[in-house]
Amino acid sequence: MRSAGLWSSALALAAALLLPWYMVQDGILVLSFSNGGWLTDPDGAPALGLILTDGRWWLWPAVLAPVLGLVAALVPLPRPTRSWLFLLAGGVGLALLAAQGWSIGPRGWMILWLQGQFGETEARQYGIGWGGTVVSAALCVLFAAGFAGRGAFRGDAFTATVAVVLTIAIGVFTALPILQMMAGAFRDAGGAFAPTSAVTRLVDDRLWSLGCLAGAPRCGVVWNTLLLALLTATGTTALGLAFALLVTRGRLRLARPLRWLTVLPIVTPPFILGLGLILIFGRSGLLSQAASAWFGIELGRWIYGLPGLLLAQLFAFTPIAFLVLIGVVEGLSPTLEEASQTLRADEKITFRTVTLPLLLPGLANAFLLGFVESIADFGNAVVLGGSFNVLATEIFFAVVGAQADAGRAASLSLILLVLTLVVFFLQQRATGKKSYVSISGKGDAGLPPPLPKGVRRLCLAVAGTWAALTIGLYALAFLGGFVEVWGRDYTPTLRHFVKAFSIEGGQFTGLAWNSVLTTLELAAISAPITAALGILAAWLFSRTRFAGKGALEFATLLSFAVPGTVIGVAYLAAFNLPPLELAGTGAIIVACFVFRNLPVGLRSGMAAMAQIDGSLDEASHTLGGGGMDAFRRVVLPLLRPAIVAGLTYSFVRAMTTVSAVIFLVTAETELATVFIVNRIINGDYGLAISTSLVLIVLMLVVLGVMNLLVGSRRIGRRAVAVTAASPAPLPGAVA
Amino acid sequence: MSRRHLFAFAATVAATFTLGALPAAAQGSLNVYCSAQVEWCQAAANAFQKETGIRVNMSQKGSGEVLAQIRAEAQNPRGDLWFGGTGDPHLQAAEDKLTAEYRSPMLDQLHDWARRQAEQSQFRTVGIYAGAMGFGYNPELLARRNIAPPACWKDLLDARFRNEIQMANPQSSGTAYVMIATIVQLMGEEPAFEFLRGMHRNVNAYPRSGTGPIKAVARGETGVSISFVHDAVTERLGGFPVQYVVPCEGTGYEIGSMSIIAGSRNERNARRFYDWALTPAAQQLGAETKQFQTPSNRSTPVPAEAPQMSQIRLIDYDFARYGSSAERRRLIERWDREVNSLPR
Repeated sequence: MRSAGLWSSALALAAALLLPWYMVQDGILVLSFSNGGWLTDPDGAPALGLILTDGRWWLWPAVLAPVLGLVAALVPLPRPTRSWLFLLAGGVGLALLAAQGWSIGPRGWMILWLQGQFGETEARQYGIGWGGTVVSAALCVLFAAGFAGRGAFRGDAFTATVAVVLTIAIGVFTALPILQMMAGAFRDAGGAFAPTSAVTRLVDDRLWSLGCLAGAPRCGVVWNTLLLALLTATGTTALGLAFALLVTRGRLRLARPLRWLTVLPIVTPPFILGLGLILIFGRSGLLSQAASAWFGIELGRWIYGLPGLLLAQLFAFTPIAFLVLIGVVEGLSPTLEEASQTLRADEKITFRTVTLPLLLPGLANAFLLGFVESIADFGNAVVLGGSFNVLATEIFFAVVGAQADAGRAASLSLILLVLTLVVFFLQQRATGKKSYVSISGKGDAGLPPPLPKGVRRLCLAVAGTWAALTIGLYALAFLGGFVEVWGRDYTPTLRHFVKAFSIEGGQFTGLAWNSVLTTLELAAISAPITAALGILAAWLFSRTRFAGKGALEFATLLSFAVPGTVIGVAYLAAFNLPPLELAGTGAIIVACFVFRNLPVGLRSGMAAMAQIDGSLDEASHTLGGGGMDAFRRVVLPLLRPAIVAGLTYSFVRAMTTVSAVIFLVTAETELATVFIVNRIINGDYGLAISTSLVLIVLMLVVLGVMNLLVGSRRIGRRAVAVTAASPAPLPGAVA
Repeated sequence: MSRRHLFAFAATVAATFTLGALPAAAQGSLNVYCSAQVEWCQAAANAFQKETGIRVNMSQKGSGEVLAQIRAEAQNPRGDLWFGGTGDPHLQAAEDKLTAEYRSPMLDQLHDWARRQAEQSQFRTVGIYAGAMGFGYNPELLARRNIAPPACWKDLLDARFRNEIQMANPQSSGTAYVMIATIVQLMGEEPAFEFLRGMHRNVNAYPRSGTGPIKAVARGETGVSISFVHDAVTERLGGFPVQYVVPCEGTGYEIGSMSIIAGSRNERNARRFYDWALTPAAQQLGAETKQFQTPSNRSTPVPAEAPQMSQIRLIDYDFARYGSSAERRRLIERWDREVNSLPR
């Protein structure tokens, strides 16, 4: 506790003395250091310099709070006093800094009554830079150290820091933008405050009508969304389970290729999948042409609407369910299954009464993710929706459509959130009370039983069909990059690749280079941050109890449940003004990636944590380890599959997201997906597909490397082949 | 302070110093939101940069997206100039005072419709090109089904087009709203809605995006679309079987516009770009990048492939009335109530 306080105070003080407080003109990631004169440099001065030379007295807390913390840590004091001082320095310092930041903006006072109170001010403040960021972050840690010193979080500074930092980060980057945007629901189209307008919008007949049951042409948008989401979530969970079981227990020779095949849809940039489906199943698609040529049947336009949308979403989101479930199935302890068989249950009964129930947390998580993904999906809905409207498209066009109405968008987002909330609670209720521990400290756990025959056959059939479709779809999509005009003129050519990725005289002259490189860079920055935060949060949520945990857990889901467009606009509005002036920089894109994809790392982490016996942590505590040791040496190695899932998913999503970032990109930070979508809008499919192909290959390479680097956990499950050769039990190698 | 902590502290300090980098000092720059086709945007940015030495940061986005972005950034604008895109959102931005007033000395050289656009918005926007509304169709698909292509608005009511027509949903698409406003001006409001109700039987979908229908035509998913004719030309140049016709009764049009964003940080450069973009030399870039709208400067040569505006019967489109938010909301709500909710 004392060392954490010392460390953080020293860091905060160093930042207040050395780092430029405000954002340096050309983006938040650039520092300006002129030798010696850094203290007075008008652009890059640190907090102390600004106070002394520029008379900015309101920045004093940035210097005094760390000094107070440092004194409290160094002077011998009783623990309670020191903790109080830490709390005071961290908490009050942070509060004062936040208050000044949100009071004085680029045009003087930011709050009207302050202006009335004090008159015009000459002071102008821009967004905070490295100095402001590091000082605030370090004061958070100081605050947490004080908290721990008071006995919270079992007195463990590490746990307290994780909790405080997570709370603040989620508050600032998830809750703040979204709540601010939601407040728009209570404004009318002109922007004036009108609480009743939310009510009128929420009871709109276009949302809730059930007319289609009685023969009317359409049902309410909410019912459409709900129906689609339930079907998609059920479908993806079932498909994901089939795949996970086959890959881990199916004794399948093709397990590895199958595994890679399931990854393909997630690494596919948006719109490509939908366009591919149209090329196969559309009215002029391959299937329809074949049907009319051979059987004289006109298949027509069935792909537009619920069936096509469902198909596309099943393709797109099954891999996510698979990623969540594979970790859970691998972690499943065969001990219980063996016990069941010892008690003379046959394979089928064991599967039904032991295996499946143990998979419940994984299934519930996969279902939740599928549901949320489906209601937030925009790309497929806009390509294949036809006249079947869902909330995501409705919200998008309420923001950018001809009748732009931010209030309506906010009200609709509110409905989306409530839907998510309900499913979230149902999921909690379903899995909350039971124990699913199957990884404990007791060594060898026996052999996983093979799948019952019926189940195996079913899985094979389902997965086989899916795999065949995927291969067909991707063969067609790959083709698109190598022919003149996709879906029209199949003369082979390489000109799209030349146009996109030509290199002349060492210069990247191809059109796609800039965006692809930017995308790689930002994705590579955001993925580890996302994974780390996700795992930390999972550990915190499943191993500690504190007030407001449920609310925090739900808040992480907020940014995931709201469609990307809404997030994009909310981010732009929230981070366009000082002190957090991130708009126009790469930082806002990274923040958007991290907090939007956090829930997946969190969910897969929590599903995996539910299997790990808490006594392992306790053993670490008994041996004198702190919270950090338990996390680093016990939990982390056991969470490898979840880490891989988190890393993979966040990297891939960062490379394939479009709707959330379309408002956040600038000329310098253009992303490949935005480039691709613009090409598709221009009808230049060849260029779009060749860029997509390069992205897909890049992602697969990175994923492969990531898998190798992180490796797999060793949890004392014997491999089938090994036991067949040598019946001697392997050592129980819980790392 | 233990040695470990000392080391961590030293490492932090060292890291801060090594992170130092030189701020790039750009003399003059200009941030442009471009809602025209990306090739055109790029060509305009390069040409202007070459001519003036001002660094142009160009981001290409749809006009609805740019409007949403400008709204969100209103307190602290990041863009300077908004180039291209259909005129409606530009007029909305002008109505909400999101764009700045500017009277370019070039205004005298422009066609009347472009100047009128500027006058109606109190000089907050100006026309840079115009494009007529028409029908796109897939000749291969229609031939296969033995359907003669449409020539007039009234043909769209014919039973031969049952389930073959697509138009965008006016609740989200400016293109579709221009269509409704056009036939309201052409026929009068009551007959126009009678027409829309009749056509509803032949419409197979109202996609959300304005260019959705013409893309469906290109891929053979629908026979006929109601679109801007220059979008049909773009699809045809992409290699798809697409033809267009302009309705015989006359038709409406859009005015692609340009505005300076209010509170712009580089207003002088923005004005310079504004004047430059209205010159014939700059407007020729559109045709060079295969965009065949009609340019607004009278002395810009009109490309041969472009739909000849002089041969199209254009209605006298009342942008002041039909561009206002209130009238738009009323018409679209009426369409949703009286047309969109009907069974087909």
